[in-house]
Amino acid sequence: MSLDKPLTRNVREDRIPTDFSAYITNGGYQALQQTIGKYTPADCLQIIKDSNLRGRGGAGFPTGMKWSFVPMENVSPGHKYLICNADEMEPGTFKDRLIMECDPHQLIEGMILSAYTIQADVAYIFIRSEYLLAQKLLKQAIADCYEKGYLGKNIQGSDYSLDMYVHVSAGRYICGEETALINSLEGKRANPRAKPPFPQVSGLWGRPTIVNNVETLCNISHIIERGADWFKSLSLTDDSGTKLYGVSGRVKNPGCWELPMGTPIREIIMGYAGGMEDGYQLRGFLPGGGSTDFLTEEHLDLAMDYETIGKAGSRMGTGTMIILDDKTCPVGFIKNLVDFFAQESCGFCTPCRDGLPWSGQVLEDIEQGRGTNEDIATLERQAKFIGAIGNTHCALAPGAMEPLISGLKYFREDFEQYVGGSHDSSNDSNQPNASTTGGLS
Amino acid sequence: MADRVTIHIDGKAYQVKSGENLLQTCLSLGLDLPYFCWHPAMGSVGACRQCALVQYQNEEDQHGRIVMGCMTPVTDGAIFSLQGDKASEFRETIVESLMLNHPHDCPVCAEGGECHLQDMTVMTGHRDRHYRGLKNTHRNQYLGPLIHHEMNRCITCYRCTRFYRDYAGGTDLAAMAAHDHVYFGRHQEGVLENEFSGNLVEVCPTGVFTDKSLVNEYTRKWDLQSAPSVCTGCAVGCNTLPGERYGKLKRVHNRYNTEVNGYFICDRGRYGPSYVNLPERLDYAGLRQPDGLYNAIDQSQALQYLTEACQKGHVAGIGSPRASVESNFLLRTLVGADNFSSGFSNKEHDLVNLALSIQQQSHVLIPSVKQIETADAVLILGEDITNTAPRIALALRQTVRNKAYELGTEIGLEHWQDAAIRNLAQDQRSPLFIAAVADTRLDDVAQQILHMAPDDIALFADALACYIANEKLPDINENLISSVETIAKTLLQAKRPLIVSGTSCYNASVISATGKLIEKLNSENCEPMLSMIVPEANSLGQAMLTTRDAPTIDTLAALAIAGKINTLIVLENDLYRRCHSSSIDNMLEHIDNVIVIDYVDTATTSASSLVLPSATAIESEGTLISMEGRAQRHFPVFEPKAERLASWQWLLHCMKALGRAETEHIHYFDDVTRACAANISSLEHIVNAAPSHLYRNHGVKIPRQPHRYSGRTAMRANISVHEPKQPVDQESALAYTMEGLNQSQPGALLPYVWSPGWNSNQSLHKFQSEVSGPLKGGTAGVRLIKTDHQLLDSEPAIKSKKITPADGQWLLVPRHKIFGSDELSALSPAIAELAGHAYIEINPADAQSLNVNEGDGVFIGDDHTNDSHQLSLEVHINSNIAEGCAGFSFGFNDTLNLIPGEFVSLTKNPNWQRRQADTIATDGGGSNGGSYG
Repeated sequence: MSLDKPLTRNVREDRIPTDFSAYITNGGYQALQQTIGKYTPADCLQIIKDSNLRGRGGAGFPTGMKWSFVPMENVSPGHKYLICNADEMEPGTFKDRLIMECDPHQLIEGMILSAYTIQADVAYIFIRSEYLLAQKLLKQAIADCYEKGYLGKNIQGSDYSLDMYVHVSAGRYICGEETALINSLEGKRANPRAKPPFPQVSGLWGRPTIVNNVETLCNISHIIERGADWFKSLSLTDDSGTKLYGVSGRVKNPGCWELPMGTPIREIIMGYAGGMEDGYQLRGFLPGGGSTDFLTEEHLDLAMDYETIGKAGSRMGTGTMIILDDKTCPVGFIKNLVDFFAQESCGFCTPCRDGLPWSGQVLEDIEQGRGTNEDIATLERQAKFIGAIGNTHCALAPGAMEPLISGLKYFREDFEQYVGGSHDSSNDSNQPNASTTGGLS
Repeated sequence: MADRVTIHIDGKAYQVKSGENLLQTCLSLGLDLPYFCWHPAMGSVGACRQCALVQYQNEEDQHGRIVMGCMTPVTDGAIFSLQGDKASEFRETIVESLMLNHPHDCPVCAEGGECHLQDMTVMTGHRDRHYRGLKNTHRNQYLGPLIHHEMNRCITCYRCTRFYRDYAGGTDLAAMAAHDHVYFGRHQEGVLENEFSGNLVEVCPTGVFTDKSLVNEYTRKWDLQSAPSVCTGCAVGCNTLPGERYGKLKRVHNRYNTEVNGYFICDRGRYGPSYVNLPERLDYAGLRQPDGLYNAIDQSQALQYLTEACQKGHVAGIGSPRASVESNFLLRTLVGADNFSSGFSNKEHDLVNLALSIQQQSHVLIPSVKQIETADAVLILGEDITNTAPRIALALRQTVRNKAYELGTEIGLEHWQDAAIRNLAQDQRSPLFIAAVADTRLDDVAQQILHMAPDDIALFADALACYIANEKLPDINENLISSVETIAKTLLQAKRPLIVSGTSCYNASVISATGKLIEKLNSENCEPMLSMIVPEANSLGQAMLTTRDAPTIDTLAALAIAGKINTLIVLENDLYRRCHSSSIDNMLEHIDNVIVIDYVDTATTSASSLVLPSATAIESEGTLISMEGRAQRHFPVFEPKAERLASWQWLLHCMKALGRAETEHIHYFDDVTRACAANISSLEHIVNAAPSHLYRNHGVKIPRQPHRYSGRTAMRANISVHEPKQPVDQESALAYTMEGLNQSQPGALLPYVWSPGWNSNQSLHKFQSEVSGPLKGGTAGVRLIKTDHQLLDSEPAIKSKKITPADGQWLLVPRHKIFGSDELSALSPAIAELAGHAYIEINPADAQSLNVNEGDGVFIGDDHTNDSHQLSLEVHINSNIAEGCAGFSFGFNDTLNLIPGEFVSLTKNPNWQRRQADTIATDGGGSNGGSYG
């Protein structure tokens, strides 16, 4: 059992899922047995806070702080909810799938402990509809837990009870936004909600609710079992723990690896992913999914963590990188992403609903050789108009603009070549599917 | 939260109400800030992103950040920029984005000229389009006879679904699809089900939803002549703004009254008045000839006949609860109080008077519609409010949200944070209890619903009163005891409990038991409210005008049969809608001169010897007393056509010709009002309902026409190039002109809303003292009911009893229909289409005993001797209707002879022809079988 890779310790080379007995054999549910009825929720919360765990869904918000907003005393009678966001729709992202398909009990145990910490009595796993295998495994894992008394009434003989359900999403990118997810779970249109109030106070059915990403929740049992200091020691930088990093695009060995937080980008792309395919050069990459800003070769030596990537002008996001090679046109690459996000807009607010298709149309014109210099100005204006948090109802459209804004910065000559009629398309090859997630664009 | 805070906008400091949102604050301050999705009655959701300002963290902050006005609470010391480049450019880009897919069809769009999108586009300065792509297009839907659908114009502000679903409780209009394909419509074509769907026309900021009648005979808003009016569709007294062109009523819009209808009216009120345009209306006075046909005679001849008839003595008059106080007062003065009936049958007379006296004698607040929305617990006794006083039902839908606001306050949410409050509260509502004969349209928001026969409702109310007063409970069904406890306790715990009852189940016990209940409740530590629904626009006024022992139609009929009436003057009343046709036939046969003043052709006009064509409420001035005792004035929108005269004018002319002393000092309409106020103490304050004809706004009259009113010289050019002189209105402070001043005048005189840059009805905030506050010139109308009378000493007589129908006998209970039960609106073709045919509703068990199925026919009554004349109605089986009750479509021509409260026998009609299933009509040709292409 490897302690430096807690998340993937049960992920087998042959990808055969770890079932209940194997999970137990490998020390599973130890954390649960040591905690429920023995530690108070406040103790658990303190450990998570001390661990400096940050949300792995993309935004990197400190998990302990998020949980601390859940009212614990003087709560009006009624449910509290924990929701696992397993909607994993970010282009290029396939890390949660790996865990759910290989070690479902890790998620369940993390969720039980998380729910215990916030004293939630109902938990949902909101899972992407395409993740059929994961759905099956999670349902089985939940059934196992009910049978063994890890779920249901009076867990471990304590006075704590928890029910858990798998809810299969009907499938839209926006369902990954926590408040849209909540609306969707309630059977409403998956439009994000305005904040405040935050879900911690008024979430699912108006009750206190925590929504966390799969990977975040999977960390919980390990932190509680081994402590905050251990968790911090896993990292190379100030952001603690390990991270599931992924690389897709024209590299020799695309994939997903659990590495210490802060592993240098070069080590991930050139080492674990095996470097660029023969005949291709790296032009840039999106560090954490389709809605993050481009970085380029000059950033390869940066540590892959929230702080460092943030300072470099992008976001670590989901930590799953998409590679732009020298034979893929950045304009087409960006247009593909903008079209995807335009398609996935919920249609609630104007800049996103109408601004993204407008940007897509301009990019289309540029790519088709109908563009003018004014179009580049229009794109810049659009980037400013749509790209700022607060201009839109939620973060989808600002995220969608990140590749465009950074693309105009790093690959401006490509745009200008198109507009100037000097673009040489003979060098372009088809972009490999940047996303394994099958966007509708 | 009435604290004031200081905020800075564009460098200027303003003292504003804390807790409100910045957009509302800006509008209340008179600043122009564009918006779409926010609505003063529906709050904020932050969808359109149009109302952007820049907020600075402090004075050093040079950049600031974009915030949405509608989503930003004002806090002390906050610094904003509205005019700055950053905010202005953002707002301009929002409009440019909204216009990507908006068709450039303004010239042919029915919204053009009063389009909020046009206004906001101009306001933001957007002009040049950068988008070169194709526009998205949608298919439109047939939504029924009232509303036209044109989805291509949609800017996706979500106001329509928010109004229809969240505010009005509708379920068949929704947002569908996503991204820039969002579609607002029904799951399939068909008639919009909600009774308030017409408000979509005003709520939609552009031309997606428009009035079908206006689309078909189109006039721009700026070409409409309009005047403040009051709806005659029911007793709520919603304020309306009818618009006219070419002598035709073109449309009715809501006229804001903060205390009554606020921003919304029902579809009966909006689409009902088109009866005004019916070609069947009476144009000329008609004198009946021996052959039964009428000769048209001119006004002077008619007046002469009328005067002569009055001189012959033994004159009686029947007024009308759909006629104005003034007309009724004049008729009463003409014939004498002893010979004047307010126009009710015995039963109706008792019910309305009882409802009035309980309101007068109770110590409790008789709430305005706005006050109804403040109740924290509601009990409805016997009313299907959506069908009897629709606007109250809409208010009650908001009332039950008080629980949500309470929950919101606990976590610091303001009322306007609409989505957040709805998400927080979900289906938690303030308690609403309904005891009714059958299902009602408020059932979906009720905590508990009880279905009982009217007498049992009274008994139940009595039991509640007894429980509250710690008295012995009357003998009620054991199953109801727990409901009595729950409801009584809830009412006692509430701070502002509201009891709604009324006349519509035709049961005096229900009303008197309500009186007892409210009295007992009032002795506890709360401020109860009592809302009594009465049938018609001026029912309460009639009860106030007459005494309790005044004659009814029935008593006058007896007099007539006794040969004591030579001349009967009937004012705007179809007697056949009040009493059984045989008794009216009998009565009229015994009277020499039956003179009917009315504007529609009724069975009564057809039985008259002289008919005098009068003006509708939309063509005449008058005062109506609403169910809350609010006296409100309506003014003529346009001059009555042909030889029509307002009823009060016919009567006044007659009295002047008779040389009656009472009319010596009556020269103007206002003098009639004054005389009425002087004579009838309870109507003393009606003079304050609106300013007199002498009122001038800064020296000038109020124009009925906007200053852009066009084509006046051309309007009749096909007939004559000589433009006739505009009519002169000597009776009111309004003028048939575009000259004058429509600003800051008393609220009762607001003929239209328009403000520079604000051509749509959204300009309303320029006329309000603050957003959603009273109009700058004050709220229209004056409340007459004083509630400081002595409490009743004696116990109200309650004769509640368990209903035990004899075998084969059913209790007739009225089932009111928003479309169809009201006499006048049912004449409007669109309303008639929605009303359908009359039917009878019975319980499944009763249907089984009758051996009938849904859609079969039953005979009503015992008279089997003459089957061809016996009334037969279609059976609707309703599992919610109390057993033993037969609910009939009230007020329909087929059911006028059915008397509520009577027991009748029902027998299966073996020869009944079942109706064919309705086919969905479409715009393509309706019943002619056109198809949607």
